[in-house]
Amino acid sequence: MDFATLLQMLDATVRLATPLLLACLAGLFSERAGIFDIGLEGKMLAAAFLSAAIAAVSGSVWLGLFAGIGASIALSIIHGLASITFRGNQLISGVAINFLAAGLTVVIAQSWFAQGGRTPQLSGGARFNPITLPFAEALRDVPVIGPIYFQLISGHTPLVYLAILMVPITWWILYRTRFGLRLRAVGENPAAVDTAGVSVIGLRYAAVAICGVLCGIAGAYLATALQAGFVKDMSAGRGYIALAALIFAKWRPWYALYACLLFGFLQALSLRPDVITRALNFQVNGQLLDVLPYILTVVILAGFVGKAIPPRAGGEPYVKER
Amino acid sequence: MTDQAPAIELKGISKAFGPVQANKDISIRVMPGTIHGIIGENGAGKSTLMSILYGFYKADAGEIYISGRKTAIPDSQAAIAAGIGMVFQHFKLVENFTVLENVVLGAEDSAMLRPSLARARRELKNLAEEYELNVDPDAIIQDVGVGMQQRVEILKALYRKADILILDEPTGVLTPAEADHLFRILENLRREGKTIILITHKLREIMEITDTVSVMRRGEMTATVKTADTNPAELAELMVGRKVLLRVDKAPAQIGRKILEVQDLKVTDDKGVHRLKGISFDVHAGEILGIAGVAGNGQSELLEVLGGYEKATGKVLVNGEEIDLTGAKSDGQSRRKRGIAHVPEDRQREGLIMDFHAWENTGFGYHHADHYQRSRLFMDNAALKRDTEEKMARFDVRPPDPNLEAKSFSGGNQQKIVLAREIERNPDLLLVGQPTRGVDIGAIEFIHQQIVALRDQGKAILLVSVELEEILSLSDRIAVMFDGKIMGERMPQETDEKELGLLMAGITTEPRGPLHEAVEANLATAGGDARKEV
Repeated sequence: MDFATLLQMLDATVRLATPLLLACLAGLFSERAGIFDIGLEGKMLAAAFLSAAIAAVSGSVWLGLFAGIGASIALSIIHGLASITFRGNQLISGVAINFLAAGLTVVIAQSWFAQGGRTPQLSGGARFNPITLPFAEALRDVPVIGPIYFQLISGHTPLVYLAILMVPITWWILYRTRFGLRLRAVGENPAAVDTAGVSVIGLRYAAVAICGVLCGIAGAYLATALQAGFVKDMSAGRGYIALAALIFAKWRPWYALYACLLFGFLQALSLRPDVITRALNFQVNGQLLDVLPYILTVVILAGFVGKAIPPRAGGEPYVKER
Repeated sequence: MTDQAPAIELKGISKAFGPVQANKDISIRVMPGTIHGIIGENGAGKSTLMSILYGFYKADAGEIYISGRKTAIPDSQAAIAAGIGMVFQHFKLVENFTVLENVVLGAEDSAMLRPSLARARRELKNLAEEYELNVDPDAIIQDVGVGMQQRVEILKALYRKADILILDEPTGVLTPAEADHLFRILENLRREGKTIILITHKLREIMEITDTVSVMRRGEMTATVKTADTNPAELAELMVGRKVLLRVDKAPAQIGRKILEVQDLKVTDDKGVHRLKGISFDVHAGEILGIAGVAGNGQSELLEVLGGYEKATGKVLVNGEEIDLTGAKSDGQSRRKRGIAHVPEDRQREGLIMDFHAWENTGFGYHHADHYQRSRLFMDNAALKRDTEEKMARFDVRPPDPNLEAKSFSGGNQQKIVLAREIERNPDLLLVGQPTRGVDIGAIEFIHQQIVALRDQGKAILLVSVELEEILSLSDRIAVMFDGKIMGERMPQETDEKELGLLMAGITTEPRGPLHEAVEANLATAGGDARKEV
């Protein structure tokens, strides 16, 4: 693999890791507060659809982004009501959200745009466009550093930078603020938070809402930045891969970044059969490449995670007891 | 007498959970700067009353006055603001947080964490000096012992400026030395003018440390008396509503042949930790061997090996024949066939299936018995139910309904179900772990009588308990375990709690070392009774 190909691969890795990272951090906030969320997938999908639809109708990608976040938060509130207020089963609520999103997006898209369950192609101001960082053009011809800066670091959409920035921000919130301390505590032992005079329900809703915002951004990124419009099931299991990355990262922000970059790289690999063919010296079946990231996800989770201890109160509704 | 307002005054507090009246028209006055004991059986309503005071539950009727002012306590926050701190029986700590983080949680100064943590660190140092509340602020909770965890809970309350401290069954998990340390802390707190409410079912603690004591029975406050004017027998009678034998009545043991012989038993767990480090002992027919020790020093593993759900190396003989410790015959079923019955330490996890009916639970482990089979394929559930009814009658299980789920019985009645199942098979050897943990004083009496009756039938009994009083009153011989070893054996009439307490802490009486003297000095200052002459 030559340097240029490597850079292309890494560039694709960053672009593909971005939605995973946003969803993974979304799951991190929710699960650290003790609410398991397998509905990341559904929230991304709903956000992808609504952001593309609003962007297509209004021509403004920012309006689309906010609409996508709104759709995702709405589903988060449903999850919160079911699992926090009504103490339902969090897995069932999450599965329901995934089904709801998978069905509703296509039905509404069809009746709205009549394009076979898609939204119209987005272009211009209805999409997030790459931004060129300062000096990128000037440094372009400098050996090694130039191409790295120009191709890998510069030239992404704003959401990519936002996603990466969210890693230190998440870390800082969790470990340096009062809110973070309480959030982590409520996922470990809600009774400790309750007896300390802090609202368990309030904290958990806050966490679920943050999860909704981040999932919304992830979904909007899929439809308005990575691709140009919504298509059926476009989240393609990313919500689940994000959950896998979250376990792989043992619910810690920096590890989440590394895990998502790894999974992003695997996805980038499946998009470049030529690279694999050259590396392995024989033709690999294209469908096999498509499933490669998923197979490797299973292998990594089964073999390399070691002992991942989830937040202790995760999955259990809080009931006051004597 | 001063005309000081009571620190806490409750007037006519009532609380019902559905049809169950947990608190009935309760009134109580707790004077500032005193230690006020509240004693009562499990389910008497002590915890409910304190939960109302801490804002966990809302009373149906009644008023709360704090320092003479009427105060509404709708939630824990209001309780904290009113200067009430609570140390729950099951600690409310975040296990993977540091001591400091646990203290600060919910009482942070600002949105940023660091200044709060720094202030808490200084404050903890002051409190430690003032009240003997020593903790390592940077230790992770799950790595420290229960004694320190409890001190963290007390510090949490003091950090929130609590003037009134409620402790719910605080000594249940402590060693005698740790309990003495706790009582010293409580005395220091009283000296500084704090008011302490101590909820317990242990009469000894009430007599030792409280100024005033209130007795609760079936949701009602039956009496409030000065501790100095009462005695344990009177309190027990007030608690149970009838005369209770506090001492176990038993004839001298008629020691028979050797039933159980354990030689050099060793257990290593999955993490490679040596849980049993080569222990040897015998139990004879007609004898109760009591194993004393702080929880977690290998007693559980010993019971698990003998009961057949933990592998071990070494040699164990029952009735002179060796039993399989590692192979195919090392399971519980084979053990039962060899005449070993087992009342496990944790009846809710190991002794019963809580969601199953009583009649199903009384068959477990013995469901292969011929008289429970209708044919080769089907069990005779009717026979099982009839059998359960008889057992429930003999063991005074209340309510005597085989169709109730195990979880709907009280702790004492659950234990009676397990005991009935195991004792009624007429075993040669009975293993009993923590027979009266979480059991009412009335049921304790009954359970102790059953164990002694089995001994008098010439059976061998291995009793494991963390309650020293129980070990001392039931056992014919006592072995003390510490760190996977037996520190020594004593005859109950020739020893006392102090000597056993030292052995439990891993300190042998001879040769006497400086550590031994230091611990003993500590115990002496804590006001323990004079050491008996051996």
